[in-house]
Amino acid sequence: MPSKTKTPKDTALVYNQGTFRNSALVRQQTVAAYLFLLPALVFFCLFVVVPMVMCLVTSFFDYRMGKPLTFVGFAQYIKMFKDPIFLKALKNTFILVIVAVPAVAIFSLWVSSTIYKMHAFTRSFYRCVFYLPVVTGTVAVAVVWKWMFNKYTGILNYILSSLGLIEQNISWLGDERTALACIILILFTTSIGQPIVLYIAALGNVDPSLIDAAQVDGANNFQVFWHIKWPQIMPTTLYILVITTINTFQCYALIQLLTSGGPNHATDTIMYYIYYQAFKLNDYGYGDAMGVVLAIIIAVLSAVQFKVTGSGSTD
Amino acid sequence: MESSVQSKKLTPGKVITNVVLVLLAIFFIFPLYWIITGSFKDPVAVNANPPVWFPTNPTLYNYERLFQNPALRWLGNTVFMAVMAMLLTCITASMAGYALAKKRFPGRALVFSIMICAMALPKQVILIPLLKEMSFFNLHDNIWSVILPTVGWPFGVFLMKQFSETIPGEMLEAARIDGAGEALTFVKIVLPMVTPGIGALAIFTFINSWNDYFLQLIMLSSRNNLTISLGIAKLQAEMSNDFGLIMAGAALAAIPIIAVFLAFQKYFTQGIAMGAVKG
Repeated sequence: MPSKTKTPKDTALVYNQGTFRNSALVRQQTVAAYLFLLPALVFFCLFVVVPMVMCLVTSFFDYRMGKPLTFVGFAQYIKMFKDPIFLKALKNTFILVIVAVPAVAIFSLWVSSTIYKMHAFTRSFYRCVFYLPVVTGTVAVAVVWKWMFNKYTGILNYILSSLGLIEQNISWLGDERTALACIILILFTTSIGQPIVLYIAALGNVDPSLIDAAQVDGANNFQVFWHIKWPQIMPTTLYILVITTINTFQCYALIQLLTSGGPNHATDTIMYYIYYQAFKLNDYGYGDAMGVVLAIIIAVLSAVQFKVTGSGSTD
Repeated sequence: MESSVQSKKLTPGKVITNVVLVLLAIFFIFPLYWIITGSFKDPVAVNANPPVWFPTNPTLYNYERLFQNPALRWLGNTVFMAVMAMLLTCITASMAGYALAKKRFPGRALVFSIMICAMALPKQVILIPLLKEMSFFNLHDNIWSVILPTVGWPFGVFLMKQFSETIPGEMLEAARIDGAGEALTFVKIVLPMVTPGIGALAIFTFINSWNDYFLQLIMLSSRNNLTISLGIAKLQAEMSNDFGLIMAGAALAAIPIIAVFLAFQKYFTQGIAMGAVKG
């Protein structure tokens, strides 16, 4: 902040010139700044801003393959909330978020608090291990889990039946009662890598002298965590909650590769249903309207998380 | 192992914690182990019950069948895509990040806030219009239709802005007094100072681009133009219970990217952590 206000005065001093020379310098700086920004801005506008605007605009149109484009106002939005499959997908998506996001946050905090004080090599080892499913890639992870969940050749049924926990093989991904839970488990393993990296970095930044001081005053481990570390890692927690929520809401690839939304829409998510409507049924306008609703839900939830965690940390 | 290096005092709580941690680590490594061992199992071993924990008669049969598909071509497409996305992102983001961090100009706050807002939106939502746009540019089913949107995503700009903030203003001032032009200042002074940031961004973009299955799925369709992820998904759709073949494909997709990650993981973890430090 100080450097920001200092710069123009400084340059005026250095050049020992009047305001004319100074404003020429400002203009030259502006031109240079925009030239540096230009390539990124071109890509950003063409491939992010333009599609976002198009998404919003087409959501008000009846836009299907081979049909003339007609303006329908909010009809797509009204249709959505009368569409039982959309409502089911909405419910499934919320279950995914409500189960997975807290689980990811709590679990990654536990792992990070346990390993961040360890020897650098051990810490790095665990960090890599928990990051592995992210790097391996959704498709490779999905196909191996599909095999492990397989009713006949899957290792999960073998382990559970040899432990005597199940009497007959379960079709994990083909049963309405278990399919969504399986998706949540895989989603969980592919989601905790980044939060762990973030928490390790955040915990490493907590001022050790504060912890020492608290321990000298007789604080136990829990008190040290709650009164010293927790407030300091709050911004990281907030960031983790927001990115995990955004990612969970967008869960698509696992569904497409493992269950195709089935059985009987038990694993349909909003994202999967959007692309089913847009690319299987070629109803782009309806897909875009659902996309807009999804974006609004995510924006509102992010704002709420900001509010809740933000006000909590000031206490 | 870790308890011996970490502390002298062993409490029951510590033992339990470490046992749980080791079990979890096994749980997280196991899928990868199962992919690699599965890819070397013959059809009998793949379908055996009880399962074969380790292939005692390893075979290349699955890989032979994998390479009857254009798997190497898929791999080549994927490498090209990830490298181009990485290069373009690093160039555009380091320039833009420097401008946003170190230059004061009208519109700066506006440009930056629009980019931050865009990052908070679900990027998969824009894939329908993006596909229409790519068809308009005649790029549908072309690898560039996957590269260009990756470069447009503003995370890189945001990350490079964070790193550029650390450049001391006096150094830029000194260069200007010495008469260095904008381009020279950027190449000679800015770039060397943000090299760690570029390293982090490069590896981050490479891995994300490699694994962005959804974007690839929407954009690419003909068999020769697929990426390795799409190829494996296609094999799975065509022969869903041939797990040996599918594991060979999964291994081919996963091993190169894991190797890249392990080689550069220091930059990678640093980059993720830096990206979270919100300005």
